[in-house]
Amino acid sequence: MTVQVSRRGLLRGVGSGLAGGTLGALGFGGLEPAMAAAVRPFKLAQMRETRNTCPYCSVSCGVILYSLGDRSKNARSAVMHVEGDPDHPVNRGTLCPKGSALLDFIQSETRTKYPLYRAAGAAEFKRVSWDFALDRIARLLKDDRDRNFVAKNGDLTVNRWTTTGFLGASATTNETAWITYKAVRSMGALVFDNQARV
Amino acid sequence: MADYSSLDIRQRSASTDQPPAIRSHMEVAKLIDVSKCIGCKACQSACEEWNDLRDDIGVNTGVYDNPHDLTPKTWTLMRFTEYENPETQNLEWLIRKDGCMHCTEPGCLKACPSPGAIVQYSNGIVDFIEENCIGCGYCVKGCPFNIPRLSEKDHKAYKCTLCSDRVAVGQAPACAKACPTGSIMFGTKQAMIEQAHDRVEDLQSRGFKNAGLYDPAGVSGTHVMYVLHHNDKPSLYAGLPNDPKISPLVAFWKGGAKVFGLAAMGFAAVAGFFHYVTAGPNEVAPEEEEEAVELDHEKRRNGGSEARPH
Amino acid sequence: MTNLWMDIKHADVITVMGGNAAEAHPCGFKWVVEAKAHNNAKLIVIDPRFTRTASVADLYCPIRQGTDIAFLSGVAKYLLDNDKLQHRYVSAYSNAGYVVREGYAFEEGLFAGYDADKRDYDKTTWDYEIGPDGYAVVDETMQHPRCVMQLLKQHVAIYTPEMVEKICGSPRETFLKVCEMIATTASPERTMTSLYALGWTQHSKGSQNIRAMCIVQTLLGNIGMLGGGMNALRGHSNIQGLTDIGLMSNLIPGYLNIPIEKEPDYESYIAKRQFKPLRPGQTSYWQNYNKFFVSFQKAMWGDHATRENGWAYDYLPKLDVPTYDVVRGFELAKQGKMTGYVIQGFNPLMTFPNRTKMTEAFSRLKFVVVMDPLKTETARFWENHGEYNPVEPSKIQTEVFELPTTLFAEEEGSLSNSSRWLQWHWQAQEAPGECRPDIEIMSELHLRIKALYEKEGGAFPDPIVNLKWDYAIAESPTAVELARELNGYTLSPTQDLSGQTIPAGRQVDGFAQLKDDGSTACGCWIYSGCYTEKGNTMARRDNTDPGNRGIAPNWAFAWPANRRVLYNRASCDPEGKPWSEKKKLIEWNGKQWVGFDVPDYGATVAPDKGVGPFILNQEGVARLWTRGLMRDGPFPTHYEPFESPVQNVAFPKIKGAPAARIFKGDLADLGTSEEFPYAATSYRLTEHFHQWTKHARINAILQPEAFVEIGEELAKEKGIAKGGWVRVWSKRGSIKAKAVVTKRIKPLICDGKKVHVVGIPQHWGFIGLTRKGWHPNSLTPVVGDANTETPEFKAWLVNIEATTPPADAVA
Repeated sequence: MTVQVSRRGLLRGVGSGLAGGTLGALGFGGLEPAMAAAVRPFKLAQMRETRNTCPYCSVSCGVILYSLGDRSKNARSAVMHVEGDPDHPVNRGTLCPKGSALLDFIQSETRTKYPLYRAAGAAEFKRVSWDFALDRIARLLKDDRDRNFVAKNGDLTVNRWTTTGFLGASATTNETAWITYKAVRSMGALVFDNQARV
Repeated sequence: MADYSSLDIRQRSASTDQPPAIRSHMEVAKLIDVSKCIGCKACQSACEEWNDLRDDIGVNTGVYDNPHDLTPKTWTLMRFTEYENPETQNLEWLIRKDGCMHCTEPGCLKACPSPGAIVQYSNGIVDFIEENCIGCGYCVKGCPFNIPRLSEKDHKAYKCTLCSDRVAVGQAPACAKACPTGSIMFGTKQAMIEQAHDRVEDLQSRGFKNAGLYDPAGVSGTHVMYVLHHNDKPSLYAGLPNDPKISPLVAFWKGGAKVFGLAAMGFAAVAGFFHYVTAGPNEVAPEEEEEAVELDHEKRRNGGSEARPH
Repeated sequence: MTNLWMDIKHADVITVMGGNAAEAHPCGFKWVVEAKAHNNAKLIVIDPRFTRTASVADLYCPIRQGTDIAFLSGVAKYLLDNDKLQHRYVSAYSNAGYVVREGYAFEEGLFAGYDADKRDYDKTTWDYEIGPDGYAVVDETMQHPRCVMQLLKQHVAIYTPEMVEKICGSPRETFLKVCEMIATTASPERTMTSLYALGWTQHSKGSQNIRAMCIVQTLLGNIGMLGGGMNALRGHSNIQGLTDIGLMSNLIPGYLNIPIEKEPDYESYIAKRQFKPLRPGQTSYWQNYNKFFVSFQKAMWGDHATRENGWAYDYLPKLDVPTYDVVRGFELAKQGKMTGYVIQGFNPLMTFPNRTKMTEAFSRLKFVVVMDPLKTETARFWENHGEYNPVEPSKIQTEVFELPTTLFAEEEGSLSNSSRWLQWHWQAQEAPGECRPDIEIMSELHLRIKALYEKEGGAFPDPIVNLKWDYAIAESPTAVELARELNGYTLSPTQDLSGQTIPAGRQVDGFAQLKDDGSTACGCWIYSGCYTEKGNTMARRDNTDPGNRGIAPNWAFAWPANRRVLYNRASCDPEGKPWSEKKKLIEWNGKQWVGFDVPDYGATVAPDKGVGPFILNQEGVARLWTRGLMRDGPFPTHYEPFESPVQNVAFPKIKGAPAARIFKGDLADLGTSEEFPYAATSYRLTEHFHQWTKHARINAILQPEAFVEIGEELAKEKGIAKGGWVRVWSKRGSIKAKAVVTKRIKPLICDGKKVHVVGIPQHWGFIGLTRKGWHPNSLTPVVGDANTETPEFKAWLVNIEATTPPADAVA
């Protein structure tokens, strides 16, 4: 019983192609396990649900993030699936092609994961520590502010700094926006903008 | 009590021992209202995400359709057609979500030679059970809608499952849940037919006098139905068959040819099948596999043009 | 949005113009589909391209980009000529009868007071005539030759259907069909909603595009109504919030202003902003400006903001120009006048006009800091990516930092959507690698700079070292701590409106409790109510919707004061009875205003007190004519884009928008229609979100490669094949892309000239999972809207030809 059937043959002739089909008729039916077992198990049954908001457009659809791990001490959470929140009054469970693919944003291969630094004239980024990056940036900001801060214009007190610009991110939270506002404005910065124009 | 999430089997491929129907079941259906569809591809996106499929990143070929065709990893696809209506002179952008129609008389199932590789549940869903699939491509041939696709990777056939895993726990398919405009609805077949009638009435009031429900009789109806503005010309919608029927070849086998089939069936074929179930399909010689796939592609191309009148 | 997403379902007519809601906001667009299916609504789409929104429209009308004002002025003329107005609404709720002072004029496309050298107006005459009683003079008959109604009639008189066709290229019959459909909503029983987005704003007269529709909607009585309103569909998920919280050059949270140089102290600053009512009995909410401002200063500097130091007025920088917006910022950088840029979740290399200029500007900076959860082109502007970014790293002396941040799934906090809802979200997973929340990064930077100032001294350290920073963990304030600051709290015992004492250290209930005596602090007055003593109202999840109005008042929190439909007092007639019972939002019950929404009005102010429904305006009414509030004129006027395929038919002497700012170098970079004959426009596709989703695999699959869209006729003329490669170039740059040749773009006949439209979507770059490609901003001109400096991305000129693939392209 080592004759190997040619699949090309199977496809070509209608007669020979019926080979499998004859098995049932020849009494070979019932070889398979119960069909119910073959349906993919429902993968969300035991996942943790977290309510969140789609970060893309301003409809701000409600989403449910399904994650692995129940937040117990030894389990590390990881979002495995994203679906629309049926309770949300605007999207009522629906999501657009961007929202439906949020998982691929969360798990994107091109996410940043470590602070990188590119020295003047260098051809590539180098990984650095947070302390290095934050200290260096603080130094650059202070030096520029000290050099270019304008306290007076004639008699007028103007207290402005216009040589370093700041751009806010319009997908961050209001709370991030507020702390950014405080940090930036307290330095007297005026070159300050966000994505509202684009 | 009727149960639409039942996984009781109504039909299975290549089997004579159909399970007896004791319980009564509600049939489910997906209604795709083309007139509400904005072609956003949320259904494609949700389908890939839910089913853990990621197709290749392709290229643009001068159209919005991407990927360009159904594949083993793309089970549903928006097909875009620009149509200048000769009666109104209006441009219409007809956008149809393509995918398995879950026929009441499934050509794929009738054609499938491998026991239990294709099943139809009592709720009407037609599912491919990949572990029973022998990769012969008969389902491709048998499908009047040109839907199943054979994977070159594992030599199994794939298509939309109507999210049988979700339906089994009482959830709507991923595409239907995601659809932003409610163009894809899911429910009992009866409810979907009723909804379709409302929609047809609305469309007719807006000047689409041939609006109607696409639930083709040639396959005894489907569990994925369309509301079309031009139900008199389904083929306008990227070649949706005007009158789909199971291929005569399949009908031939299911009819009087069974005896012929049994008689003509060589010993080798049976042996071949055993080779499959014992050693697994990957044992097939690679060059033969290639040829088979090649042939299958050729058939699909041919089948495609048959199934898509222009 | 004046209204909210679900409210669209009540509309009878939906006009999508200056936007493409189905593609850009699919889940919001469901309410359009709902209106069509269940309210028998008609959808009108007016767009140069037959978009996916148009694919479900009842009526599609083509228009040449940059001519919306001519079109809408034509609609206004149609309504006036055919008496399709909501008469009582117009007479009681608009400034139609207000008399304009003498000296105001409009001639040959210019308003009185134009200074060509400054490209600016002296707006003195752009105001009402003030009577002896100190109030604006009103002629209720609207017959006075200088009343707004008469001026409006004169102003729109030139925009006949023939003129609209000449300017816009919209066929006359289709234009008239649009007018007829829109006019049906003059009935108090019927409403139209206007859905728009950056298709209106990204023009040199973007704000006036919106004004033009405001005029139409006011004439029809559709503002403040269920299923009506002016609905700006904002871009990003929290662009509303970022603007509300004032992350702009000239703003303080809650739309207060950064002072200008000529306002030397607190008193002079406040005096100019506490607008007095212009009519007897009006409210003018800005009378409370000082309370909001002082509370803001207290939130910033606590005990260091005192009555004696003008509430730390000197801690705020003073502007010498209208704004240091990002267009000016990069102009200064290009001139070598900037040192650094700190960029949060933003990709300006791609999203600002004229890529060559942007690269040059970046290359002249000493340092660039980018915080982002994704790798961006901006963080790699110095990296060579072949022809997609042909720079030489060794020649760029910029220090660059790429700081990895968490994303939405890894942090909690609130986002403000287009409907002004503040919605709270929760964390679902830990951050990968060394990603940190932006809150921590900004806190660390502040604390390290503060430490340097404390140690070394330096330029005016006071506002930095005295910044209020009393978070439990200084390096990591929680979202809750910050939300509580935004809401506002008492610093010392104070009294509420009923005279009850509120002890110190309590969250306020709303902005009505804010004071100008230093007893309250509030980060953003319009957000007051978001985190009260009762808890976090942004986290509310009760979606009950009494009366099926699409209001859901207990879902999250809407600013201001949890009000869902702005100007809802105008949904009732002057006696306080709803114009339409079917569309009832609120009503006067004899004692107070009650109904489905929080009244946008004094809750117990009786209708017979004569207070207008638009309480934020000094007049109390809607403005058909905007006085001196807009830089470029009190009425919208048709001006051609700065790069236009045709001359201005209405005002042949005028090129571009007369009051829009343009820098010298950018002016020299404008092309002519002889060299660049085709009208280009840029936009998004539904499969992608800006340059963001090219990092998400599924979206990369759905739309993998850059393309441009052109009509069949142009393709034939140029020998361009469907799916073939084309080169598109402007005065400022050149790109390659695949060609999508379509029936959905057709040439427009404008003043007898055939104009071909070239559409360029904007989702590709040189980083990410999609195929590499160019962004349309390699080609766009640097000129902004006269009022907002939003760049003119929607209308400029290009040329096009068939070409060979880029070196690395796949066949």
